[in-house]
Amino acid sequence: MQRLLLGFALFLAILVAFAFLVLPVVAIFTHVGPGTLVDQLSNPVVHDAVIVTLKTTLVAQAAILLFGTPTAWFLATRRFPGRSVLVTLVELPFVLPPAVAGIGLLVAFGRVGLLGSTFEFLHIDIAFSWVAVVLAITLVASPLYVRQAIAAFEAVDPNLVAASRTLGAGPVRTFFRVALPLARGGLAAGEALCLARSIGEFGATIMFAGSLQGRTQTLTLAVYQEFDSNFDTALAISALLVLVSLAILLALKLSALWQPSRQSSPSRFALLRST
Amino acid sequence: MATLSAEFTLPLRSFALDLALDVGRTVALVGPSGAGKTSVLRAVAGLARPASGRIALDGETWFDADRGLFLHPDERRVGLVFQEYALFPHMSVRQNVAYAGKERADELLERFRITSLAKAHPTELSGGERQRVALARAIARDPGVLLLDEPLSALDAHTKAAVRGELQELLRELALPTLLVTHDYEDAASLADEVGVIVDGRLRQLASPQELVAQPADAFVASFTGANLLRGTASRAGQDLTRVQLESGEVIYSTDEAEGFVSAVVYPWEISVGREHQADSALNVIEAEVRSVVHVAHRVRVQIGPVIAEVTQASVDKLGLVTGARAVASFKATGTRLVPYA
Repeated sequence: MQRLLLGFALFLAILVAFAFLVLPVVAIFTHVGPGTLVDQLSNPVVHDAVIVTLKTTLVAQAAILLFGTPTAWFLATRRFPGRSVLVTLVELPFVLPPAVAGIGLLVAFGRVGLLGSTFEFLHIDIAFSWVAVVLAITLVASPLYVRQAIAAFEAVDPNLVAASRTLGAGPVRTFFRVALPLARGGLAAGEALCLARSIGEFGATIMFAGSLQGRTQTLTLAVYQEFDSNFDTALAISALLVLVSLAILLALKLSALWQPSRQSSPSRFALLRST
Repeated sequence: MATLSAEFTLPLRSFALDLALDVGRTVALVGPSGAGKTSVLRAVAGLARPASGRIALDGETWFDADRGLFLHPDERRVGLVFQEYALFPHMSVRQNVAYAGKERADELLERFRITSLAKAHPTELSGGERQRVALARAIARDPGVLLLDEPLSALDAHTKAAVRGELQELLRELALPTLLVTHDYEDAASLADEVGVIVDGRLRQLASPQELVAQPADAFVASFTGANLLRGTASRAGQDLTRVQLESGEVIYSTDEAEGFVSAVVYPWEISVGREHQADSALNVIEAEVRSVVHVAHRVRVQIGPVIAEVTQASVDKLGLVTGARAVASFKATGTRLVPYA
């Protein structure tokens, strides 16, 4: 009897947990009919926000991969005094409240900021432009990629890197032929998390870039603006973002399968190949 | 043949590696684990930078602390075979070999009998196959020096014997200066012309395997280099015995099965010494001149013809064993192990 009660309590707990997690997502799709959601997507606000989101996210990801990957490789493979300080600095924006990141960006790159006069001299006005969105996304989302990339590169057997060098390959060829392919699963996972965070970025962007339709208004910002004026549009954008998030999550799961086998442990790939 | 000369100091965690050696043919460094053996290879390959000294292959200087010269591994003509082989897991066997040299890849696959495995990935290979791939890959670069880190230790006992034979043949064919490290004296003695015993980063003694057993520089070397290795040709002799015609002329027997070129392994403390042949259970009897009498710790090593026996000082006194005297060494066929020698 006692065991039955215990089992029932466990079942109830799991049910509540799942219901709580899934219900908000389900509600987005059921609050108004799917027809209304699809209709709302043709709203020019949505169209503009999709363009801004695509443009800023892609540029930010390119910047993160381009600058983050070599940084991660350096931090993963070198041991020097102050290394842990650098790693902490890289991780800092990850724990920083996004609004604080936004203020920081304003006083660093804004018109009255630290580098403001320099940018003014060069006739560059970053604040409240699409570039500001890119900077906000990059600052807030990049730690998710870099952290994961450091871990992925640290997991590459240093003997394989050393072997590459003794086989006549220079550091660049070693990086592209050995380190990068061996770390690619971890890098992809980090990039998927980073992408999800980028698309969801809100606080830093609205502080630093504002929410100007067609210029700086991303999908996430559009949800917030339409929430007051046109609730159905907000719902439609939200539904769209749920699907995008699901796709990213799927990519994250698949990236684990993309990891090439490590020499020391037999891998599922070896099994797959031999069948 | 070219000569690798290395003389350097390399600070390690708990001691400094400090050694000088010239590698003309095959030199094996043996020592307990943690003696700094792998670090020697890393320094020669350019994976570690010594604090002082000089490393050169004939006229090519790879490292010279005084001139501030340090060539990176890819700038040194060196073939390093890692202990666990370090094959690239994301590449096929052929890609692994071609990584170091595209032109020779197919020829090397053929030579190492791994053509049929060309498309396989390292995880699908046996230990012996992995080693062949690692050797082919190291040679694909056309190195001037071959470095082998514990070439036999990753293999199970059964594979090991076969691979040791293959390796001996290969090293002879390549005729490259070869430096290998191992913790197993038997492996070292069977593969190398010269064996160096290394402890705590220092070379205690560098000599031929026979010399090391006959005249160990110190007690550690003596205890480490336990065995006699007698080269000869094995053939079946019936009654579960193998007959070995030694290169030194004598004939001995073993209960191990073998055919062809072998090294007979006999430990000095399993050899009894007398002045005359006595009828007892020992099947192997070598009567010869005493070549040397060396004191090692509390024991005495007496070389009689090709074998070294270890006896007490009391026995030496009783038998009057002095250099030049005639003596008889006898040991049992059951205590005589046969390992292949190519």
